[in-house]
Amino acid sequence: MSRTRRTDDLRVPAGLLIPAALGVAILVLPMVGLIVRAPWGDLPSILTSDEVLTALRLSLVTATVSTGVALVCGVPVAWLLARTTLPGRSVLRGLVTVPLVLPPVVGGVALLMVFGRRGLVGGWLYDTFGISLPFTTEAVVLAQVFVAMPFLIVAVEGALRTADRRYDDVAATLGATSWTTFRRVTLPAVMPGVLAGAVLCWARALGEFGATVTFAGSFPGTTRTLPLEAYVAINAGDSDVAIVLSLLMIAVSVTILVGLRDRWIGAA
Amino acid sequence: MSLDADLSLRRGDLELRAALTVAPGEVVALLGPNGAGKSTVLQLLAGILPLEAGRVELDGVTLDDPAEGVHVRPRDRRVGMVVQDYLLFPKMSVLENVAFGLRSRGMPRDRARAEARQWLTRMGLDGYERRRPGELSGGQAQRVALARALIVEPRLLLLDEPLAALDAGTRPAVRAELRRHLGGYGGCTLVVTHDPLEAMVLGDRVVVLERGGVVQQGEPAEVARRPRTDYVARLVGLNLLTGAASGRTAQLPSGAVVALAHDATGLVHIAFPPAAVTLSPSRPEGSARNAWPLVIADLEAHGDLVRVTADGVVPVLADVTPLAVADLGLEPGGQVWASVKASEISVYPA
Amino acid sequence: MRRARLALAVTAAALLSVACGGDDGDDSSAAPSDEAAAETTEPADAPTGTVTVLAAASLTESFEALADQLGDDYPDLEIVYSFGPSSGLVEQLLSGAPADVLATADTNTMDDAVAGGVVDGEPRIFARNTLALAVPAGNPGNVTGLADLANPDLRIAICEPQVPCGGAAQRLLDAAGVTAAPDTLTTDVKEAASLVALGEADAALIYLTDAAAEGDAVETIDVPETDQVVNDYPVALLTDAPNPEGAQAVVDAITGEPGQTILGEAGFLAP
Repeated sequence: MSRTRRTDDLRVPAGLLIPAALGVAILVLPMVGLIVRAPWGDLPSILTSDEVLTALRLSLVTATVSTGVALVCGVPVAWLLARTTLPGRSVLRGLVTVPLVLPPVVGGVALLMVFGRRGLVGGWLYDTFGISLPFTTEAVVLAQVFVAMPFLIVAVEGALRTADRRYDDVAATLGATSWTTFRRVTLPAVMPGVLAGAVLCWARALGEFGATVTFAGSFPGTTRTLPLEAYVAINAGDSDVAIVLSLLMIAVSVTILVGLRDRWIGAA
Repeated sequence: MSLDADLSLRRGDLELRAALTVAPGEVVALLGPNGAGKSTVLQLLAGILPLEAGRVELDGVTLDDPAEGVHVRPRDRRVGMVVQDYLLFPKMSVLENVAFGLRSRGMPRDRARAEARQWLTRMGLDGYERRRPGELSGGQAQRVALARALIVEPRLLLLDEPLAALDAGTRPAVRAELRRHLGGYGGCTLVVTHDPLEAMVLGDRVVVLERGGVVQQGEPAEVARRPRTDYVARLVGLNLLTGAASGRTAQLPSGAVVALAHDATGLVHIAFPPAAVTLSPSRPEGSARNAWPLVIADLEAHGDLVRVTADGVVPVLADVTPLAVADLGLEPGGQVWASVKASEISVYPA
Repeated sequence: MRRARLALAVTAAALLSVACGGDDGDDSSAAPSDEAAAETTEPADAPTGTVTVLAAASLTESFEALADQLGDDYPDLEIVYSFGPSSGLVEQLLSGAPADVLATADTNTMDDAVAGGVVDGEPRIFARNTLALAVPAGNPGNVTGLADLANPDLRIAICEPQVPCGGAAQRLLDAAGVTAAPDTLTTDVKEAASLVALGEADAALIYLTDAAAEGDAVETIDVPETDQVVNDYPVALLTDAPNPEGAQAVVDAITGEPGQTILGEAGFLAP
């Protein structure tokens, strides 16, 4: 790690510097710990093991599909929240962002109560079509969407609120329908916010654990994503695998975040 | 084709009640201070804000009639809008911006683009088709915004402070050009501005809006010569007094008497330019002159001259040379006599 | 692009929390809150302080009942439990988790702890448990025996093979010659029990005691082979126990009275 030192660093008050250093340490030390404890010699064999590759593939696919679902459903929700005067809008905003603060396990239980085989919707699906969601890859996606979509909604709503609404007015005077206006004017204007939201959403979906294990279960290839694989490994007393999986998740995330960050700064 | 609007809306501190008409081919300049309700008028006419009471009729079609529950949506009104910062869609090329209205109305892309190209040619913007709005100068952006609005053949064109975003150097040329383009447009045009020069140059008629109401309207020369409110008088650079005339004198509310050149009766406006005011240290000699002892409130550079604000029985603005300021020893708080020849005063019914 | 950068910062924090495994705590710890009985005459050598017990999830109900009873005898002794899959508990101990007593659901996991040098003295078997074929009330999947666990149309929950209940399940299935088609592998026997109780799983192999703990929501199907697979539950004092006296008192209570009675009532077999 390289560090650039500037003369005005000296003026940083200790009252800020010390807690800041502590904060950074809390955030960074766990990663350092993983790197120190990692079984580097066994790394290649662990990374290429069937279980890890299977979990990695499942994680990438489900997180990406979840982000897609969140984009299709979440952007319109953000639009409703930012651009309409729906009665009860603030209640709606509270409701759709609850998963941000809800323990994911609770989310998983809630999903089970609704989409489980005896749940409100799940019961009907099962009795009518014989469709049962728990223990399927679709359930993993549903759990990830539940937990991660609020990140996208919040980011996109913020972007919509700061976007200049007069562009929409101009488009309307030019004869554009509200759908055309949304598609050709509003959406391009908030695209950076949508991208940021999608990345957040994807990263959160990739790391999703609690709701997934509760609602979708844990079976290799179907529902056992990387975080679940890591959890199984630690509970089976296989901490090496758990460490490697954690490093893998960090590496994937850091690569993507750094890559996107550079692109954004280049565009700005 | 004409606009006939009777607007009524309460919005925050603003209580708007204004009637407006614009004849076909006519350019009406809506002039007023900040907060007078000018932009609200535009939003109402564009249909972005709903009218509370009144009626808007354009080209024989009722666009708004709240009493009858009529409100035509912005996109169905055929009312074009060009705003101060133009609001060109930043992610689209210039050509796509101009073609947007036609595409939105379902015209196939190629035809819409061909037509947009013709408009760009007409606006002198050949070769700019693929530029992004961010790469244009203020004047170019304005022409693109104008082309984008006019291509869909609106019956009413609304311009909101069209020159305010330009720097002072380019403003005269763009203003002249805008005047030319508006001259070639057959529909009704309403230009909102707080700049009197802009209103005088662009407008066939000037409508002055203050505190939500129309306080004066007429041809630019008429408004410039005969202001009816302090705001307009200040804009056109005239002293404006109001008094009760009888014969060749008029009495002001302060009790001061103004001598007039011609007979007049009833409540009148009395206007005279600051340059017609003479300042002197003592009561000037001469019979038919108006002379009042005043206290100087403020001195301010005004071009080559110094504008003196003097208070007393008759509040007066006077333009004098810097030399006169020195000779007379003028300074705020000092006493001075102000005199105006009756022949310099114009009097018209209030 | 300030927004984007802020977003990234938030993302980074979220990822870290995942990387640190701090997503959810599944180990529920229960501390009995018997504020001392109004007894003033107690033996001078009565244990005091806090005793931390790491125990297999299948012991949850029994050990909590035990803590309630001990509270009467030792009002100044507080027992704090951390229940979870035995293998996970041992992993925590080997990473340095401070605790006084370890009780696991099989001897393999206890052997790992002994090999890791965290156990003081010889572990003692205090209970034995058998597996049960558990189904939701009413048996909606019409499960009749272990062979049904191979039916891909039924939704089957089995413990992860590396945890004791999963190891036991594997031995049982091997003994019966059945290749199961599970839909989920839980890391904790209680998870599997809950899935059956909720009706989300048509059948699960869980401990007899866990099936009993779910009450009316769960039925068990008689399976003759279950007698062949019996898990021994060992308990041990830990080397670095902060409270060895208290720990000894708890272990004595588990291996003697009142522990044996409570465990017996829960369906555990005597050692």
